[in-house]
Amino acid sequence: MSSLLELRNISMIFEQKSGMLGKPTPISAMTDVQLSFEPGEILALVGESGCGKTTLGKVVTGLHKPSKGQLLFQGKDVWNMNKAEFSEYRQSVQLVQQDSYAALNPMRTIFQSLSDPILQHKFVRSRKEVYERVCELLNTVGLTPPEQYIEKYPHQMSGGQRQRVLLARAISLKPKLIVADEPVSMIDVSLRMAILRLMSTLNKNLGIAFIYITHDLATARYIAQHGRMAVMYLGKIVEQGSVHDVLAAPQHPYLQALLSAVPVPNPRIAKAKRELPLKSLDMPSITNPPSGCSFHPRCLYASQTCEQTAPSLMPSDKTIVSCHHVEKVPKWTIATVK
Amino acid sequence: MNENNLIEIRDLSIEFKLRSGTIRAVDHVSLDIPRGQVTALVGESGSGKSTLASAILNIVSAPGTIKNGSIFINGQDMLRYNANRLRQHRWADVSMVFQAAQNALNPVMRIGDQMIETVLAHQKMSKEEINKKASQLLDYVRLEPDRILKAYPHELSGGMKQRVMIAFSLLLDPQLVILDEPTTALDVITQDYIFDILLKVHKEMNITMLLLSHDISVVARVADRIGVMYAGKIVEVGETFEMFENAKHPYTAGLIQAAPSILDDVNDNRSIKGSSPNLLNLPPGCAFHPRCEFATDLCKQDEPRAISVDSGRISACHLNEKGEMLA
Repeated sequence: MSSLLELRNISMIFEQKSGMLGKPTPISAMTDVQLSFEPGEILALVGESGCGKTTLGKVVTGLHKPSKGQLLFQGKDVWNMNKAEFSEYRQSVQLVQQDSYAALNPMRTIFQSLSDPILQHKFVRSRKEVYERVCELLNTVGLTPPEQYIEKYPHQMSGGQRQRVLLARAISLKPKLIVADEPVSMIDVSLRMAILRLMSTLNKNLGIAFIYITHDLATARYIAQHGRMAVMYLGKIVEQGSVHDVLAAPQHPYLQALLSAVPVPNPRIAKAKRELPLKSLDMPSITNPPSGCSFHPRCLYASQTCEQTAPSLMPSDKTIVSCHHVEKVPKWTIATVK
Repeated sequence: MNENNLIEIRDLSIEFKLRSGTIRAVDHVSLDIPRGQVTALVGESGSGKSTLASAILNIVSAPGTIKNGSIFINGQDMLRYNANRLRQHRWADVSMVFQAAQNALNPVMRIGDQMIETVLAHQKMSKEEINKKASQLLDYVRLEPDRILKAYPHELSGGMKQRVMIAFSLLLDPQLVILDEPTTALDVITQDYIFDILLKVHKEMNITMLLLSHDISVVARVADRIGVMYAGKIVEVGETFEMFENAKHPYTAGLIQAAPSILDDVNDNRSIKGSSPNLLNLPPGCAFHPRCEFATDLCKQDEPRAISVDSGRISACHLNEKGEMLA
């Protein structure tokens, strides 16, 4: 049985033009990424801005054609599919974007926005059925009673409500996988948890697999409680494993630094915090990434090996980590309560 | 006026006249900003925290107008300053680090020139002196002065621009710096060291700060005191530790419970139900009652007054009036 979706050694290289005559510089947004998703699984993909996580989302949804490597959907190469197969893939893999206001047409009501895809893909036959189906979708995402929302325009709704509409639109085509790219980063903290809960429920009840792309480790924990987590740094996956194992014993020095930086809503712990375990605070430019392990200029444990050769993902304890000195890196703990 | 307070806001109301009606973005707010402390204002978007802060510089944007109230700084009401005195007040007494640092800098001017312009708009100083001061401040926020002074904004990353803005805010040795969501849109590592720098500035230069944020986790680390705003009103004020460990207002408790964390049990967290109210059509009684799990009939009719529930602790909730506390 093949996986739902598989990324085989995918690299994504963009070219940055410099002036009219200058030679374009290649920028590698993703390097040799290997990942596979099983049906119904949740994966949290975590990293800072510019690490390539959104690019990965766009490759998975077929919006970018990878420069190298293969994207397999149910065992078939997406970029070598016939029309019918490609259409099935497009329908099965949906994207929910960060900016819910930009993702909805401001001139169309929620009903119009939600009815288009189901009409297009012939999920309904009659006008009456469309209305019923849209109401059902709104109910599923917690916009109840649906009559109250169905005739509204996007600007009449709050960010959280619009994000629910996007989720309704994504599930309307009965997808197998939803890629959610920072779906809660523009919503107030007080309402984020409800959207995360909704995604977990959709995963449980409808069996939809999710890729949750985020820079926020704290929220990743909530959606992917029983799922997997992959951490990206400058276009590469540096650590991967079950969410529980990755967060209980983070091993990559970058992940440890990232975890130390997450704000803690408890003043006794937050005020006692120590310095970040990092040598330099600024991320290197992706146009000119460091040699060897791309994290070495910021790493406290870097050696000459790290400057010269890039490490590869190797099993270590319960997770897989890309670091030459895993055994040298001390166990991570958050500063203790004074 | 209490000697310990740098700023005392009294009964301040700010209204916005719109075609569809009048919005009171800040509704009879009184707040003290104690000297030498970090005070934080927390609330969801639209709660009025930015509007309140803009009043302290008297830069409320149109169509907003300050309807009534006073803002005392060192005992003087700055809302009654004349134009000259107001120019002195802005940046020299109170400066601000704006939310989108990316947009606060002039894209076609070098950072060094912008700093000179800023200082000369307020006081006489030679360019050499200004350059020296600017270099010291940039060094202080962990940037290389020689490089940054000659740079244009687009050459800097988001975190660097935000540090430049912090240096800007300190140029005229203000007594109060207002920080409006200073780390929104920045990565967690950048956010962490920006707050390191701000805490250093606060402690070593003894600068009073007012931090506005919608994220109570961020506030937990930095603030000495917290004020919680809801629908244009301050619903609770108190010391940070007390607020977190013994919230008196259900909205404060809800905010704390909604904050995602990497430590707690994931099942203990939940969002506050519903969403922030429409200021054009506020619910009667306590504005929070449709979202409050403790709401009674009284809350639907009668608006609770802000009362002192403990020393230095103010809360506006009917539960507190009856002496009942949140579990």
